Amino acid sequence: MAGKVTFREERCKGCALCVEACPKGIIQLSKRFNAGGFNPAECVNEEACIACGFCARMCPDAVIEVHRVDR
Amino acid sequence: MTTVVAQRPKSLSDVVMNYCPGCTHGIIHRLVAEAIDALDARERTIGVASVGCSVFAYNYFECDMQQASHGRAPAVATGIKRVLPDRLVFTYQGDGDLASIGAAEIVHAAARGENITVIFVNNANYGMTGGQMAPTTLLGQKTTTTPLGRDPKTDGFPIRMAEMLATLQGPAYIARVSVHSPQAVKQAGDAIKKAFRLQAEGKGFTLIEVLSTCPTNWGLAPNQALKWLVENLIPFYPLGEFKKEEGGA
Repeated sequence: MAGKVTFREERCKGCALCVEACPKGIIQLSKRFNAGGFNPAECVNEEACIACGFCARMCPDAVIEVHRVDR
Repeated sequence: MTTVVAQRPKSLSDVVMNYCPGCTHGIIHRLVAEAIDALDARERTIGVASVGCSVFAYNYFECDMQQASHGRAPAVATGIKRVLPDRLVFTYQGDGDLASIGAAEIVHAAARGENITVIFVNNANYGMTGGQMAPTTLLGQKTTTTPLGRDPKTDGFPIRMAEMLATLQGPAYIARVSVHSPQAVKQAGDAIKKAFRLQAEGKGFTLIEVLSTCPTNWGLAPNQALKWLVENLIPFYPLGEFKKEEGGA
C-alpha cells in the first residue's frame, strides 16, 4: 500500500500546515514561487507516503488530493 | 487499484478563498461542504453568510446562499427555514458577528429552537477589521484595541457562547470543537455532520462552535497559531458536547 498525493500548486498559499501534519515528514515547501508569490508545498518522497490524508485534512485551501494505491 | 482518501468536496466552490495563508476558516469551510455532501443535500441547502472575514462565504459554497446584515444571520435563517422547511439551512458566523452585534439574534433563535444549524467560528478577535477585541477575546490577550492585554476592569470578561446557549431549553445540540490537528479536524467534521443530520431529522436548533486561528492578527506563523490555540483557547473554551438532543422545538 502506498499513497499518491497531488498538490494544486497554483492554489497553495504556502502556510505549511500540511508540512506539520505529515507523520512521515515528506512534505516541504518548494523553492519555486507560484503566481500568488507563495512557495507551494510538495511531496519530496512519495514512496514513503502512507495515504493517511492528514495533509489534506489540515489544508485550509483544499489544494491537496490523496489517493491510496493498492498493489 | 486506487481509492480516493481526500479530495475537494463538491459543495466547495472551485475558487481561491480570500483568507490569509494558514487561516483555519478554509478548513472549516471544507468540513461544512463535506457535511453537505455526506447528506447529498447540495441542491436543497441554503447557507446564510455573516459579516466579517467570512463575508464572502456565499462565493465559496456551491449551494444557495444569502448574505445577512451584521449579526442577523440567525434571524434571516429563521425566515428562510420557516418558508422552506424542507431545506437544510445553516449560518456561518464569526465571533465578532455572533457574540457581539448578533448576540440577541443567536440567543433568541436558540431559545425558539429554530430548526437551523449555526457554524460559529471563534478566533477570539475581529479578524477582518484588523484584530480588535471581540467578546471572546481572552483576559490578557493583546489586540489592537487592548494593546496592554484585555483587562476585565475596563473590557469585561470573555463569553463562553456554547455553554451560555446550552442553558436554554430550545437547542437540540451544541458542541465545541477545534481544528488544531488532523484528529481534531476529524472530530470537528463529525460534529458538523451530526448537527446537519439532526436538522434534517427536524430535531431543532444546532450550533457548532469551532475554535479557529487568526495567524495574521495574532502575529503568529500558521503552525505557531495552532499551538497558541491549544495552549490558550482550549483551556478557557473546553471542547465537548454541551447539549444533546433532548430539547428542540
